[in-house]
Amino acid sequence: MSSADAQHQLLDEPFVEAAHKVYNKKVDGQFRRIKWGIQFATLAIYYFLPFVRWHRGPDAPSQAVLVDFPHRRFYFFFIEIWPQEVYYVTGLLILAALILFLMNAVAGRIWCGYMCPQTVWTDFYMTAERWIEGDARDRMKLDEGPWTAGKIRKKLAKHFVWILIAWWTGGAWVLYFGDAPTLVYDLATFQPGVGQAYLWIGILTFTTYVFAGVMREKLCLHACPWPRIQAALTDEYALNVTYRRDRGEPRMSLKQATAARAANLPSGDCVDCGQCVAVCPTGVDIRKGAQLGCIQCGLCIDACDGVMEKIHRPTRLIAYDTEMNLKRRACGEEPIYKTFRVRTVFYAALILAIGGFMSITLATRGDMYMNVLHDRNPLTVRLKDGGARNGYTIRFANKKPETRRFVIDASGLAGAQTEVVGVAPDSKGKVVIEVGPDQTREARVLLSTRGAASSKGQAPVLFTATDAETGASVVVKDVFIWP
Amino acid sequence: MTTMSDDTFDKGKARIDPVSGVPTTGHEWDGIEELNTPLPRWWVWTFWLTVIWGVGYTIAYPAWPTAGGGTQGLFAWNSRTQVASEVADLQTTRGPVLDKIKAAPLDMIESDPQLLAAARMVGKVAFATNCASCHGAGGQGARGYANLNDDDWIWGGKLADIRQTIEHGVRWDADKATHASAMPAFGRDGVLTPEQISIVADHVRTYAETPDSDAPTPEGEKLYAENCAACHGVEGKGNPEMGAPALYDQVWLYGSDKPSVVARIVNGGGAVMPAWKDRLDDTTIKALAVYVHSLGGGQ
Ligand code: SF4
Ligand code: SF4
Repeated sequence: MSSADAQHQLLDEPFVEAAHKVYNKKVDGQFRRIKWGIQFATLAIYYFLPFVRWHRGPDAPSQAVLVDFPHRRFYFFFIEIWPQEVYYVTGLLILAALILFLMNAVAGRIWCGYMCPQTVWTDFYMTAERWIEGDARDRMKLDEGPWTAGKIRKKLAKHFVWILIAWWTGGAWVLYFGDAPTLVYDLATFQPGVGQAYLWIGILTFTTYVFAGVMREKLCLHACPWPRIQAALTDEYALNVTYRRDRGEPRMSLKQATAARAANLPSGDCVDCGQCVAVCPTGVDIRKGAQLGCIQCGLCIDACDGVMEKIHRPTRLIAYDTEMNLKRRACGEEPIYKTFRVRTVFYAALILAIGGFMSITLATRGDMYMNVLHDRNPLTVRLKDGGARNGYTIRFANKKPETRRFVIDASGLAGAQTEVVGVAPDSKGKVVIEVGPDQTREARVLLSTRGAASSKGQAPVLFTATDAETGASVVVKDVFIWP
Repeated sequence: MTTMSDDTFDKGKARIDPVSGVPTTGHEWDGIEELNTPLPRWWVWTFWLTVIWGVGYTIAYPAWPTAGGGTQGLFAWNSRTQVASEVADLQTTRGPVLDKIKAAPLDMIESDPQLLAAARMVGKVAFATNCASCHGAGGQGARGYANLNDDDWIWGGKLADIRQTIEHGVRWDADKATHASAMPAFGRDGVLTPEQISIVADHVRTYAETPDSDAPTPEGEKLYAENCAACHGVEGKGNPEMGAPALYDQVWLYGSDKPSVVARIVNGGGAVMPAWKDRLDDTTIKALAVYVHSLGGGQ
């Protein structure tokens, strides 16, 4: 082909395919049932989780999952996260990314096909649409037909149900940020002080309606970065929804195929019925090979299996298979499946390591906390007798539901004198700080060494806070600096 | 436009471009034709929506200048009333704590953790706004501006002293209760000769045992006793009543090297700090005193 021809061919194909509406057909089968299961579970969790109660005593909220912004706490069943511990959230995000990578290495974009909220809600919306407007043919006819009273009624009903779902979605979201039953009551009775919740419900209702109702697969194709990223992360061993063209081609009608087989001529199993395309929620023709639009939902497998059963051919003409196996079959080799590869084992090991580390630190973290901040300005101060003084801001946290007394001590600096502003030492010369239940307290601590030129440079200091009753303690290292 | 041939230039008669399949506008320059690619419909819609939104916005909110000062908008909203209401909101949330600070005796504030935290917070902001330009962001001072983190307090470092100094300032003529005393200019006023000044400077530096100081001399001792001891005390112990700094210690506001000490004796005088009681309310001054006291623990 000359370069001019190539250029022509390029110009024949549109750079960007014109947007077209996808009328996907209903389908039933193994993967559709898995999808129903996951969809039901994820939606149920999302909508009802805020109502799960978890008793934590009189001073803490009894909601199992709660993001408590006013008090800066995050509750997740038995776990309580303080602002000082947000790195757990970071850890969770890293874990989520790694799990996504692992899923991708094993089976391509199955996250997209089964669990992505965009997919789950779009499917929810499509179900509602099918229920009101009928299956693909009916919907197509309805859209092409004139605006009759019946059409208007159906359209209105559909959008009403959609907005209802969207509103419920936005409503469930705000319940994660306040006591759910109280919030529902306050929202329903227009109590003052929940204006922000209304705003968020409004925003999320709107976005859900637009994303799941209007944009649907357009979002996956044009807005979501994951297809692009995953394309760079995948390899030829990853399972992907694959049309086994070695078995399917050359495609021809059932009649032609029977004739060809009788005449010992090449014939494929694909009867070109187009069912795989008809059921695809993103309008992809999987027989063209792996492509950006495919979200690996497996619905085309279900559709094609149905066809194969009817014409008495083996199922799984379309299946979760690998690029590698397509090539191997073309050369007459046996297919191989390699789930355990450097990539997958590496991701799994990382997930285990990070997850394990987080669990251990979560399980062993203390119920008290100390954060030491050395004064930046000035770093150090010269005293009258030539000694030096350093200032520190120390924050203590008491995570127990009762008031506790911490004995504060600085060690590692010979002859240094410790003062806590506003706290006089007790009769034994100990500095004791009282911190209320489930609270933090900030103290300003001054450390002074006496005598001229006692030292130079800097030296490590250890701050210790010891629970006066239980003897539990935390130690934090910092430095003392001389002028 | 000279090469434009008549047969291709046919305004108003658009044709289909054979390569791209897109209609042309009928414009052609030097053989280059313009394709008719209209803006996408969603774009045009968005544009008109923003226009409509914009018009609505100028009706809803203050926008158009008029002879009387401008339209008020449908909601009578403007940023000034918003600021005022936010300040009022702040007063209601802060009010109770501020009232407590106002009512509590100065010494009691520090022993109540909650009041101490609140006072330090209020004081810190007031310090950054009013004091930091001279005393530094952390109160670390500079030459001529006292370091508030150390234990050397020229006018006294107890809570009450600090409050007094903040209220009335130092050598602030407009305030009668200000700290007024100043060091005489021994050199400029001709009280001491340059030679005597040099001797007394050397002598003063021995008190603090500055690294390069010599042993005290009888002559220096005599000059010091006659001229300086009245304010700075025997052996330079200082006197906070008069704001006479201690000379025996290691903290020197104007430097401890000989030229600096000589300059002080020659010129006398002293730093000036404004009286804040006319600019800050009593609660803020109390909070400031507590904050400054907490920086270095005072005395
Ligand atoms: S091609 Fe098949 S697997 Fe891919 S999105 Fe369409 S139906 Fe789902
Ligand atoms: S459903 Fe199966 S048989 Fe029908 S067109 Fe698709 S691949 Fe071919």
